[in-house]
Amino acid sequence: MSAVSIEDAVGQIVLPGDVLVLSTQSRDAPLSLSGPSTSNRPRVVCGPGLMRQEDDLLVNKCGLLRHRDPAIYWVDSQQKRYVPVKGDHVIGIVTTKSGDIFKVDVGGSEQASLSYLAFEGATKKNRPNVKVGDLVYGQFIVANKDMEPEMACIDSSGKANGKGVIGQDGLMLKVSLGLVRKLLIPQNDIVQELMNIFPMEVVIGMNGRIWVKAKTVQQTLIVANLLEACEYLTAEQRKHVFSKFSDNVI
Amino acid sequence: MKETPLSNCERAFLLQAIAERKRLDGRQTYDYRNIKITFGTDYGCCIVELGKTRVLCQVSSEIVTPKMNRPTEGILFFDLAISPMAFPGFEMGRNSELSVKLNRLLERCLRNSKCIDTESLCVAAGEKVWQIRVDLHLLNHEGNIIDAASIAAIAGLCHFRRPDVSVQGEEVTVYTPEERDPVPLSIHHMPICVSFAFFQQGIYLLVDPSEREEWVMDGLLVISMNKHREICTIQSSGGIMLLKEQVLRCSKVAGVKVGEITELIQKALENDKKARKEGGKFGFAESLPEKRITALKMEKSAVDTTDVENKVEKIILDAEPPSRVISKPVVWTEGTAQIGEGQENTWGQLEESEEDDEDEDSAPESPNVEMQTTKKKSLKDDVTMSDSEEDDVVILQPERPSQISH
Repeated sequence: MSAVSIEDAVGQIVLPGDVLVLSTQSRDAPLSLSGPSTSNRPRVVCGPGLMRQEDDLLVNKCGLLRHRDPAIYWVDSQQKRYVPVKGDHVIGIVTTKSGDIFKVDVGGSEQASLSYLAFEGATKKNRPNVKVGDLVYGQFIVANKDMEPEMACIDSSGKANGKGVIGQDGLMLKVSLGLVRKLLIPQNDIVQELMNIFPMEVVIGMNGRIWVKAKTVQQTLIVANLLEACEYLTAEQRKHVFSKFSDNVI
Repeated sequence: MKETPLSNCERAFLLQAIAERKRLDGRQTYDYRNIKITFGTDYGCCIVELGKTRVLCQVSSEIVTPKMNRPTEGILFFDLAISPMAFPGFEMGRNSELSVKLNRLLERCLRNSKCIDTESLCVAAGEKVWQIRVDLHLLNHEGNIIDAASIAAIAGLCHFRRPDVSVQGEEVTVYTPEERDPVPLSIHHMPICVSFAFFQQGIYLLVDPSEREEWVMDGLLVISMNKHREICTIQSSGGIMLLKEQVLRCSKVAGVKVGEITELIQKALENDKKARKEGGKFGFAESLPEKRITALKMEKSAVDTTDVENKVEKIILDAEPPSRVISKPVVWTEGTAQIGEGQENTWGQLEESEEDDEDEDSAPESPNVEMQTTKKKSLKDDVTMSDSEEDDVVILQPERPSQISH
């Protein structure tokens, strides 16, 4: 257990048990994680992997400490276990159909529930065509530790906006949550580069599931393996690997 | 925690891919995943990796009273533990159907094939015999547990040494390893299980099914065989009708695979023996000094070394040569002087270090692929390092840019 100033630890590896001390200027007033920000200092926000411990922050995940202005801190860790978070877009597998709700496996500790009315254009009369075993892409509208998570395949205005049942073909693969986050960073162009090689459809869920579909089975397999390999490749290595495929396949 | 169900699209895709004779990981129909055998510091301890499936084996021995009906035979005991650690779908501490099935198959493969000479485990007839306990733990499940477990069990048994004993009249003395070298078990042959998965009522066949392939398979045929092509056990599950030709073909394939695996085990045993003899590092302990958490699970990735040398030369050619500044000592204040730019040592060592670099390039092609890449990387690092240093100089001393050669 060690106490480090939080500014020094940004970008460094932190381990569970590390105590991060907030800078002195922010210690003048008592630290408040919620509530209105008092005095002139910004409100400190703890993201995943950080816990408040009196006036300091306690790390409870290992990974890289990240920071965003004004005072948002979180730990970027590599893990595979997904914990539902409200607002996350995820890929789930429909496991049971009971009455007016579907149970959906999202890889969390508990299955999420999905109302049959939470699809675009669904009414009591016009039920959506969802079978057990289908893949659905949806968003969490309720996710907290004491309640069953709840999903929806429409946004607040009732539009699907890309969500809903995913087609019957294509391949779903499971990757680490770190890779999914990497793929979803706006300035990351892995997916775009892949699209240039093979035209394909891809759905990325925050729960570590990716669904891909390319023209042929062979291409889908290549895409799936390339996506998995991207986890440990630097941008240069990736370009090198991708260039090989763009030469050979097309 | 319930296991993740298989979605319809995965099932459809897998079956379609199999029909097109393609597998998820790019293997051919009869290909095994990479097998890696690592021995521990203790005798009888090993980890077998079959792709990402990992099984830990520990063999131990104990003196017990023999069974009444077999007073001169030692006892063999097998236990394959599958826990949620390996796969969240497995339940803790419950004897699931799968666990019973795997244990039974393993016993049939290793005990009933009489690959271990149990008579030699007798210390005093009817009173004392050795009990050999083989504990197997599944560390990670990515399909085909039985093959990995059978390889781990037989490798562990071959590696195991039991303490030496001597009998004088009624007195039995067990010697510690310091007093007398422990003795290996006498092993007649090495039975190894080979799994065949059948799809679409036996039209398609795959060797070494992965976890997802196991989900969609119709039936499984496990053939346990030794390198003399003697079948020790054969088990078909899943209730599909197999033709005589199919079984015969499978047994032929199994023969080839068993031969390869046996060779691998023997090679691993030899390597371990050599390492122990030379007193070098061996076993998992080898990875400890590296202080890397992931030391045990580092996978070797294939590195393209076709044009490494050209690349290195190109990097060296492209890189700017370090600036040659004639040393002009500048006396700032009394007692402190500065020579050069404060970047690289220009005191004549420069030439030497450059020569060293070139020596490394022109060194004959080393058989070790990894070595080459590290060399390449270190060279790259060197080059970029010097660049960045030059940049640093620009930032630090902007008032004298004329002296910096770019």
